[in-house]
Amino acid sequence: MQSLWPDHIGVLDPQGPIGAAERLILLNATSIMLAVVIPVILLTLAFAWWFRARNTRAIHLPDWSYSGPVELVVWSIPALVVMFLGGMGWISSHQLDPPRPIASSTPTLNIQVASLDWKWLFIYPDEGLATVNRLVVPVGTPLHFTLTSNGVMNSFFVPQLGSQIYAMAGMTTHLNLMADKPGTYPGLSAQFSGDGFADMRFDVVVMPVEQYNEWLRTSRAGTSTLDEASYLKLAKPGIVDKPMLYADVAPGMFETIIRKATGH
Amino acid sequence: MLGKLSWDAIPFDQPIPMAASLLMILAILAVLATVLLKGWGPYLWREWITSVDHKRIGVMYGLLALVMLLRGFTDAIMMRSQQALAAGDARGYLPPEHYDQIFSAHGTIMIFFVAMPFVIGLMNFIVPLQLGVRDVAFPVLNSISFWLTAAGVLLVNMSLVIGEFAKTGWLVYPPLSELAYSPGVGVDYYLWALQISGAGTLMTGINFTTTILKLRAPGMGYGRMPIFCWTALASNLLIIAAFPILTATFAMLLLDRYLGFHFFTTDGGGNAMMYINLIWAWGHPEVYILILPAFGVYSEVISTFSGKALFGYRSMVVATMAICMLSFMVWLHHFFTMGAGGDVNGVFGIATMIIAVPTGVKIFNWLFTMFGGRVRFTSPILWSLGFMCTFVIGGMTGVLLAVPPADFVLHNSLFLIAHFHNVIIGGVLFGAFAGYTYWFPKAFGFTLDERYGKAAFWFWLIGFYLAFMPLYLLGLMGATRRMQHYPETDWQPLMIVAMIGALFILAGILCIALQLYVSIRNRVALRDRTGDPWNGRTLEWSTASPPPPWNFAFLPHVQAPDAWWRMKQAGQHTSVPGAERQWHAITLPRNSPVGFFISFFAVISGFALIWHIWWMAIIGIAGMAASGLVHAWRIDSEIEIPAEEVAAFEQARQRSAAT
Repeated sequence: MQSLWPDHIGVLDPQGPIGAAERLILLNATSIMLAVVIPVILLTLAFAWWFRARNTRAIHLPDWSYSGPVELVVWSIPALVVMFLGGMGWISSHQLDPPRPIASSTPTLNIQVASLDWKWLFIYPDEGLATVNRLVVPVGTPLHFTLTSNGVMNSFFVPQLGSQIYAMAGMTTHLNLMADKPGTYPGLSAQFSGDGFADMRFDVVVMPVEQYNEWLRTSRAGTSTLDEASYLKLAKPGIVDKPMLYADVAPGMFETIIRKATGH
Repeated sequence: MLGKLSWDAIPFDQPIPMAASLLMILAILAVLATVLLKGWGPYLWREWITSVDHKRIGVMYGLLALVMLLRGFTDAIMMRSQQALAAGDARGYLPPEHYDQIFSAHGTIMIFFVAMPFVIGLMNFIVPLQLGVRDVAFPVLNSISFWLTAAGVLLVNMSLVIGEFAKTGWLVYPPLSELAYSPGVGVDYYLWALQISGAGTLMTGINFTTTILKLRAPGMGYGRMPIFCWTALASNLLIIAAFPILTATFAMLLLDRYLGFHFFTTDGGGNAMMYINLIWAWGHPEVYILILPAFGVYSEVISTFSGKALFGYRSMVVATMAICMLSFMVWLHHFFTMGAGGDVNGVFGIATMIIAVPTGVKIFNWLFTMFGGRVRFTSPILWSLGFMCTFVIGGMTGVLLAVPPADFVLHNSLFLIAHFHNVIIGGVLFGAFAGYTYWFPKAFGFTLDERYGKAAFWFWLIGFYLAFMPLYLLGLMGATRRMQHYPETDWQPLMIVAMIGALFILAGILCIALQLYVSIRNRVALRDRTGDPWNGRTLEWSTASPPPPWNFAFLPHVQAPDAWWRMKQAGQHTSVPGAERQWHAITLPRNSPVGFFISFFAVISGFALIWHIWWMAIIGIAGMAASGLVHAWRIDSEIEIPAEEVAAFEQARQRSAAT
């Protein structure tokens, strides 16, 4: 029997340093706040119950509506929590800023991502191949994504790897991620983009380096090319049933996509 | 001749919208037939439709909100059932082009046509009474505001029958909402409905800000103003500042769609992200426009039912105004994932968290208001306690989402959906229901049935937790919003729990409806002759229930924040001082149909613009202008209530209260 607790627990089960750091922030911030929130809930119930109209044992202070020390405390508690969390927010929004490169001795793999209606195109500019709805990457390698859209905005998101970022027409955004363990991690668009939105799913397949190199070799053996003509065919609104592969990519395809999106 | 309109616009081939449309049309026809057959028409026209009395307008806003709550909730339960079904290879029963309209309509209706009218209705009814005055600053404008809101409601509901609604989400982000990607009339329905109702809301903001700043009973300095009026002031200041942004942003999108401009298009130098900045520059203040008056309701309810003055009145005022200011400085947290960089995200993250400070202060002050009190467990206080326990969780998840890297993994997820329903249901809606139950006897002279009221509270509370706690979890598991289907079958059990939660909420809504029905049936037993059924503290409780058209025969003299409480302490049990006082005739604004006519023509022009029927649009706009001009040339704008009538009413009331 299938357990009631799901297998797909995304953000709670990070598989890379960015996702792990973000889960830690989630847990830390939640714990700090729960330290205030739980007592407040308990006090609310306790005060309401103890000071119920029928309880004659409760102290009765009908005219007590101001106390300097209490005021000081009630302004201080949230202020202190917010100062702490604010510091955490400031530091972490710099450390985990999506364009910030991941320090590693392994060279970075560049991937260009274009969101189309309703599929994801991944171009490997240095390897000269491209895939649709399936991203294959080597384990333990920093991944640098450059993202755009051919029209409608989407958000590129692999919950188990961490940060998402918008893909916007005519613009590029940058995102750095890394996978620590081989495996297949689901990816999706997190920004509604029209009728085929729910099918904008893709898999990130993380392979050991040798296997990845092998995949590169066999993939390049194919004949299909991503050029302007095949791109325009792919870009027509619609859903892709199976992941696709282009064994070759015309030079400057990513720039072409950006240019076309802005009507030039 | 009829622009884009043809028989194709009516969804004959789609059973669900067709059945819903027929049901809606039948309901409207049934109401109209009843009105005609019973001969209520002239009464409704004279006493309600043309009324400029803030109390009547407040009641109509409330009714509008309750009716639209049914529509918005129908959308909600369709979404929840679709997601409960459409796991794995299943596709549920709603195809994407229909499902997309449903979630767009749900958000639009719940925010603009449920939460807004509910909150504005409460402000309409209560603010002048609490201020101890006879009406708002601009009573006719108030009527126009209401009817423009009703016009927006009508247009949104027409989209169900004729054409389609937006399939873009409730904030119609471009480029998706541009002509290139949304060529249908759905986005146009959205834009024109909200342009029309938004104009009404802006006028409400101007009206109530003026009322609160300029019309207060003698002696009511700012330091003695009831806290609900303070929150209403903050809310209306935000309306004045934020709604013009909304109107301008929509106007730019309309120019893109109608005249080929390039404000937000992908080509021609447009920038869709500018729309997203602008819409949230309105959108974030908007949530405080809704929640601040709800905070005001809780303050009044907790103080009244604890039998104590509000703890830390000045702190509450400072906190309210601080939230009012800060709410304008945080809009970017809705799109940290745009990639603006660490500095920008850090600043907006911290600004967002700072709002938690005054909000936290409010929670503590409500807590200490109960301390040393004698808490009476009526349903308004149950809503308030339910709010306090629930809202702190929503506040916590909100601060969590304000940490930019946490948002990077939670943005647009079901966690976000759970968060804002947590604060809007647990904050705004609970507050609306608390205020509705609390002030109902003031409006109608009898209290609401407590048994159904408490049942409604428990169904809503349990339903909320069942429906939205699973969504928090699903969001953490990587489930995003607006999925028509999803491959992860292991998410389905949680989706089903959420669906069951929605059914509990349905039971809560039924209890609210039954409560109204049962209370009207038992109104004699539930009658309140004192005008002060809860042993209240502020001036609305000093006059009759329902209050006479003039509210107060004599404007009360205010000596403390809880003015009525102070009067009762001094042994004075009516706002009418000694019988030896000389009665005066009272001048009131005369009823006017101008609001109704302007809105009637606004619907015509809105509909015509949506369907590109240009001649009809010209007729509509000319009709609006003509209605305004006819009103401007009126001769009599006031009526005088003779002193004898005022005296007779007040003396009868005193006799009735004495028995």
